[in-house]
Amino acid sequence: MDVNIVQTILVFIVACISGMGSILDEFQTHRPLIACTLIGLVLGDIKTGIIIGGTLEMIALGWMNIGAAVAPDSALASIISTILVIAGGQDIGAGIALAVPLAAAGQVLTILVRSITVAFQHGADKSALDGNLKRLDILHITALLLQAMRIAIPALIVIVTVGTSAVQDMLNGIPDVVTGGLNVAGGIIVVVGYAMVINMMQAPYLMPFFFLGFVVAAFTDFNLVALGVIGLVIAIVYIQLNPKYNKVVVATNSGSSGTDDDLDDELD
Amino acid sequence: MGTISNEKKLTKRDLFGVFVRSNLFQGSWNFERMQALGYQFSMIPAIKRLYPEGSEERKQAIKRHNEFFNTHPFVAAPILGVNLAMEEQRANGAPIDDAAINGIKVGLMGPLAGVGDPIFWGTARPIFAALGASIAMSGNILGPLLFFVLFNAVRLGFRWWGISYGYSKGSDVVSDMGGNLLQKLTEGSSILGLFIMGALVNKWTSINVPLVVSRIKSTDTGKITTTTVQDILDQLMPGLLPLAFTFGCMWLLKKKVSPLWIILAIFVIGIIGYWGGFLSK
Repeated sequence: MDVNIVQTILVFIVACISGMGSILDEFQTHRPLIACTLIGLVLGDIKTGIIIGGTLEMIALGWMNIGAAVAPDSALASIISTILVIAGGQDIGAGIALAVPLAAAGQVLTILVRSITVAFQHGADKSALDGNLKRLDILHITALLLQAMRIAIPALIVIVTVGTSAVQDMLNGIPDVVTGGLNVAGGIIVVVGYAMVINMMQAPYLMPFFFLGFVVAAFTDFNLVALGVIGLVIAIVYIQLNPKYNKVVVATNSGSSGTDDDLDDELD
Repeated sequence: MGTISNEKKLTKRDLFGVFVRSNLFQGSWNFERMQALGYQFSMIPAIKRLYPEGSEERKQAIKRHNEFFNTHPFVAAPILGVNLAMEEQRANGAPIDDAAINGIKVGLMGPLAGVGDPIFWGTARPIFAALGASIAMSGNILGPLLFFVLFNAVRLGFRWWGISYGYSKGSDVVSDMGGNLLQKLTEGSSILGLFIMGALVNKWTSINVPLVVSRIKSTDTGKITTTTVQDILDQLMPGLLPLAFTFGCMWLLKKKVSPLWIILAIFVIGIIGYWGGFLSK
């Protein structure tokens, strides 16, 4: 499709919002569900954008920044792959496949920017000497804008060149066995996200609940809302009945608290 | 103009200012002091109110809040609230030194991150996102909208509650944390999160091994019944292969293999499987 100048500007703005979302992790504008939908909206094919967003969201479900560890970047992956599908005429499967190397590229870029902003942190030290609050605002916002540019500039390059024959030839040169294979892989890749979430919980002793969820889903047709309610009920009941949280009751129960303590000691 | 009271007090507006600014908390996240500048940025309305321009106190306050800080961005809200209360007391002459204010920050950021990560990243976001994605797959705008509204309602609600709660409690918040509440929340949300992950591993994956094991021709009807490897696996338990893949990934991730390498490896498996005909959608 032909991309007009207004759409180019809008893509740039959406990419900025998504890039800021990626570092802030507040409004979630970097998540595929939001970013792909917005790109679809400005490129005039919101439905395709939403479908790509939903598909990518499942793959990216476990991508999260924990402590100082930087996750694969869903902002660059969402924005560029949606542009390639809608404006570049690729099919959705190919877009999803391209999203993964893009997530890696985005990760490298954010690590770069997060290193550059160390200088901003040092700049802030000056305000401790002269009490200038305005400088702190400027430094913080500029650092945020750098993160916006990290996505917006690559997006701008892609939206401008996607119609050219060189880029088209490159995209169309991907053999069928690759796109087909990537499509198959897409159904498996989602488990990487699940595995990341499970590992993050760091609670091996709670794994029975994982298996319970697995079996309930295997033999019922419950949707996510129903499963969520069941999970919540189990969690509440577990907390209510757990002796760990009911020590006071045990202590006032009888005079045999001495034996309870012994038991506790052994459990510890 | 009287000299009735010199007491400095943060207004509701100041608290709201901190709340609004805290939405940009991680804007200047960097590898040296991480969220330090973001913390500073969020505290500015209070610094403005409590310490007059050009004063030595203001410079000290800026210096104080430019120290290393890193936690889950949302749970920073109650820490900000506690610091607001302490700064207010200090500005009114209470003997609260830099070490006390920084001690609270450093003391709370670790334990609270341990609560925020499983609750928000491990449970709330994946569940809302999976719900949104399931609706979005058919191109329905409700999917992204639902995710955006639900997650941000929870997030903004928590942020505002955190700042006002921290501010009203002050440093007493530490004794509150001594209770079981945080542990209960963490454990409860981990249970919910793991339960849903189990369900997703089963439902929201697709692996099919179409290799044919046997072809049986019915003697009555002449119809040929083919049995594939997948059929046999499904008879045991649907979703066994995704389960195996999940545990494989968990093991690799624990070995510090980058998730992107794992994804790449699965791509290669997918391409080879598709080409060789032993994997399909």
